[in-house]
Amino acid sequence: MTNHWVDLKNSDAIFIIGANPAENHPASMLWVNRAMDDRGAKLIVVDPRFTRTAAKADIYAPLRSGTDIAFLGGLINYTLENNLHHADYVANYTNAAFLINADYKGPADLDGLFSGFNAEKKTYDRATWGYQTKTEKVTDPATGAETEKTTTLSDPTLKDPQTVFQILKRHYARYDLDTVSRITGTPVDKLKEVYAAFAATGQPGKSGTILYAMGQTQHTVGSENVRIMAMLQLLLGNIGVPGGGVNALRGESNVQGSTDLAVLYHLLPGYLAAPSAAAHPDFKAYLENKTPKTSYWSNYPKFFVSLLKAWWGEAATADNDFAFDYLPKSAGDHSWIPLFEAMYAGTIKGLFVMGQNPYVCGPNARLERKGFENLDWMVVMELFDTETSSFWQAPGVKPADVKTEVFLLPAADAVEKAGSIVTSGRLIQWRNKVAATQGESKEDIWIIDRMMKAIKAAYEGSHDAKDRPILDLNWDYGDPPDAGKVAREINGYYAATVTDDKGNLVAKKDDILSTFAKLTADGNTAAGCWIYTGYYAPADDGTGVSMPAAKRRGQKDPGGMGSYPYWGFAWPANRRIIYNRASADPDGNPWAEDKKLIWWDASADSGTKDAEGKPILGKWVGYDVPDFAPTKAPSAAGGKDPFIMRADGKGGLFGSLNEGPLPEHYEPLESPIANLLSKTQINPVVKVFNADAGKDIGDSVGTPDKYPIVCTTYRLTEHWQSGAMSRYLGWLSEAQPGMFVEISQELAAEKGIQNGGTVLVSSARGQIKATAMVTARWKPYTIDGKTVHQIGMPWHFSWRGIATGDSANDLTPHVGDGNTKIPEYKAFLVDLQKA
Amino acid sequence: MTRMAMLIDTSKCTGCRGCQVACKQWWDLPETQTQQTGSYENPTDLSPQTWTRITFHEYESGGRFQWLFLKQGCLHCAEAACVDVCPTSALKHSDLGAVTLESDLCNGCGYCAQFCPFGIPRLETLNLFTGEAKATKCNFCQDRVPEGLKPACVKTCPPGALDWGERDAILEKARSRVEALKARGYAEVSLYGETEMGGLGRLYVLTAPPSAYGLPENPQYPASVPVWQEGVQPIGYGAVALTAVGLGLSWLIGRRMAAQDSSAKKEE
Repeated sequence: MTNHWVDLKNSDAIFIIGANPAENHPASMLWVNRAMDDRGAKLIVVDPRFTRTAAKADIYAPLRSGTDIAFLGGLINYTLENNLHHADYVANYTNAAFLINADYKGPADLDGLFSGFNAEKKTYDRATWGYQTKTEKVTDPATGAETEKTTTLSDPTLKDPQTVFQILKRHYARYDLDTVSRITGTPVDKLKEVYAAFAATGQPGKSGTILYAMGQTQHTVGSENVRIMAMLQLLLGNIGVPGGGVNALRGESNVQGSTDLAVLYHLLPGYLAAPSAAAHPDFKAYLENKTPKTSYWSNYPKFFVSLLKAWWGEAATADNDFAFDYLPKSAGDHSWIPLFEAMYAGTIKGLFVMGQNPYVCGPNARLERKGFENLDWMVVMELFDTETSSFWQAPGVKPADVKTEVFLLPAADAVEKAGSIVTSGRLIQWRNKVAATQGESKEDIWIIDRMMKAIKAAYEGSHDAKDRPILDLNWDYGDPPDAGKVAREINGYYAATVTDDKGNLVAKKDDILSTFAKLTADGNTAAGCWIYTGYYAPADDGTGVSMPAAKRRGQKDPGGMGSYPYWGFAWPANRRIIYNRASADPDGNPWAEDKKLIWWDASADSGTKDAEGKPILGKWVGYDVPDFAPTKAPSAAGGKDPFIMRADGKGGLFGSLNEGPLPEHYEPLESPIANLLSKTQINPVVKVFNADAGKDIGDSVGTPDKYPIVCTTYRLTEHWQSGAMSRYLGWLSEAQPGMFVEISQELAAEKGIQNGGTVLVSSARGQIKATAMVTARWKPYTIDGKTVHQIGMPWHFSWRGIATGDSANDLTPHVGDGNTKIPEYKAFLVDLQKA
Repeated sequence: MTRMAMLIDTSKCTGCRGCQVACKQWWDLPETQTQQTGSYENPTDLSPQTWTRITFHEYESGGRFQWLFLKQGCLHCAEAACVDVCPTSALKHSDLGAVTLESDLCNGCGYCAQFCPFGIPRLETLNLFTGEAKATKCNFCQDRVPEGLKPACVKTCPPGALDWGERDAILEKARSRVEALKARGYAEVSLYGETEMGGLGRLYVLTAPPSAYGLPENPQYPASVPVWQEGVQPIGYGAVALTAVGLGLSWLIGRRMAAQDSSAKKEE
């Protein structure tokens, strides 16, 4: 989230698209209700199905799964056509005025493609997507030295046809109401109602938030879905302001924390890049590639070296490039689908599963499960003996035929261990252990500590250079291991005693670091995740009591904006709303009194003194930690550039993802219609897998002649993900006891299906049985003049536990997003019949 | 003491069923065997193991489609037929206005279930041979509330759809909520429970007519109660019990008559 949960209360319009918070984030509705009650906020819900969230909405609009870019592109077009954008914000805080390369061409010119496409490699050369620049020789008046200065060309009037603003306008002019309605199936009057309600937040002093979740990301265009929301929010001046933002509702209690700590293969902790063998042959090449000249990321080497120091301590020195060579280098795409393709092909031999149930949760699950049988060994750390750990005795599997050796390590539940969890709002909260572990189950930290100690022991005495990363690894968390010691390492500490140039002591070795601003690239600091620095350092809880910041539960809320700065610690630097420089106008004044967050106080003491010893005045003050240089005046160079993580300091209306600089509508891999906007049917950069296509188990792709019905998958309040926790609990299983499929009354009538009857749902990859839930909450769509049906089903179920049923993922396809590779669980084709 | 009440604001209820589970957790009620029958609603009825649950209803009126969620359970009537017909005083009005249930006193006669205008109490058979049974229902967390705690369901409600407090204050909140929802465009919004059955302990803010939620539009104190009290109930007991209970009944009937008179006057 750019903002946070409590901040929802500051919103004038809450736009939920691709999320279902009433069901999947129930506590969030408290703050949604607060906004509706106290501010009269409008609640807008756009979803293929009338959900429990839609039941609370002022405006509900249906759309066919996989058409979010068309829907939101239409909203951008509506905003620009009617001049409803926040003109001041757009002109000052975004890259709208910059001029784009004259050779740039877009989908209107190239039938759905952007300039630079290589059809064979399915990649883009992005050369034509850059800014127009001018390079001049400048002479330093003091030294007389001559340097080259490159500036980006811009037109502040936004009228030049090559400005980002005009290109954007032309690009989305194709997304008119009729076209959008023909693609999405949303009636034109509903489109208008949603567009008008949300575009109204473009008025200065108003703010609107967008809440999204997997309904936006789990598509072949998932990243572009998110990007178009960010662009819309920039146009409406809704980023960095209270009640605004692009807010990802994370699907698990600590998935934000696991992402921050690099659960994804292409990352290192703190969103540093995992080095790849091809792009980063050595330390120097890696840093050059990753360190921009401007923006806060210019500090990249400090974050990276501190990470290496945290991991390899004394063994990481300037002489050995801080042990850069110890880091594993990625050699390809190691995201979910390729990993399971490799298991299916038999090239991966072992699998370690922690707190996950891939038997149920992966796409084209029948193929993925087959991969389990090719493994030599599998270790599962779990609360219960799940379908994954019991795959060898699943229905239809003969245990004698499975050679995989499976180990089940009973693990502790979240309440049976201490540690921090991170909310969607980046808030890190320490939690104590409140219950004893049961039976032989152990805390994760205990299991991993034992394992690493055993691995180290196994390599003891080796002089082989390749074993150094294991032998030199910093590993000293006590016995039994203490989560607090791990937290301290993640937070960061001085790796050496540091003095200033006059020899005065700055910090002693092992002193804890309070902020990432103190990190250095010389090896004197260590930090396991730079964005967390300060979260475990002592801090005031607002009452004068000091404790590790994440343990604080201070109740003070200066300004009443819901920031609660003394409660836990929000990364980065305890900032509750990021890019919050944009909550003030270019001159540094809040856009509105009730949206006041930080502002420029010209009379405040900046804490520094001028040459004559007089205090320098002027500072950003307010109710949140400024996401800006604290004493940089609005009138200073860069004083109006709120987006400090971007090289140009401006919000990127025109960007650069793998499939282009502007989101363009493409159909899902499996779609009932031809793309109405261009002949480019699907995202041109996605990889479509085809192992054993056409066979009973394989990467088959369905076509609308055989599979005419659109299908989507989702979760229920009563169950959690693959059900590995909830399907073993009586009270939850009782409330949602089995698999069902939601079907419109019209489709049910067409197929002769009765409510509560059994149906078969089939896709090109499999067939499942489910109970029919016939409902008025789903209506057929009119897509380009034709009736298209959509159905939906939860994906929680499988054969073990109390609540059982067939798995929806037997049906889903093996295709991922063009950037993140997240599978397209949300839109695929099926057929339906009465069982 | 002051009468307490629960506000159930259906406009805020998200049907998450946190209340349903919290009730089971607090009262240690086991799960029941259920199956998917084509609805989100499960268990499909109240039972000795389920004292509160959410019912789901699809409703369309005036071009507005609504998916309605109703927290079902004992409504804690001021004029509670169950209390009046209970021969053992297991069911009583507490000082705080709740209809409490003292399980030890319950003889399992089942009259409460028979006479409840909302069909709430359920009998749990404890012994098939002796026929021993106990009535069960929501008792407004009779162990929590006197200690100053909210009922478990209110405590857990994530969206803040449930509220708890002195009945007058809760009524005030409910009325202003009705006005706010009218202004928001809910044409059929109403407050349910202000006067029904002498005033309910559960006050519902409804965004559709009561019948759309499966609530009786105009719940009535069962006319047969006095008849039953005089004639049927005594037959159900042996001669020995009759003597003992009869004394109590005559008092009850007298009180009931007086109460009905006064409520009849109020309606006028």
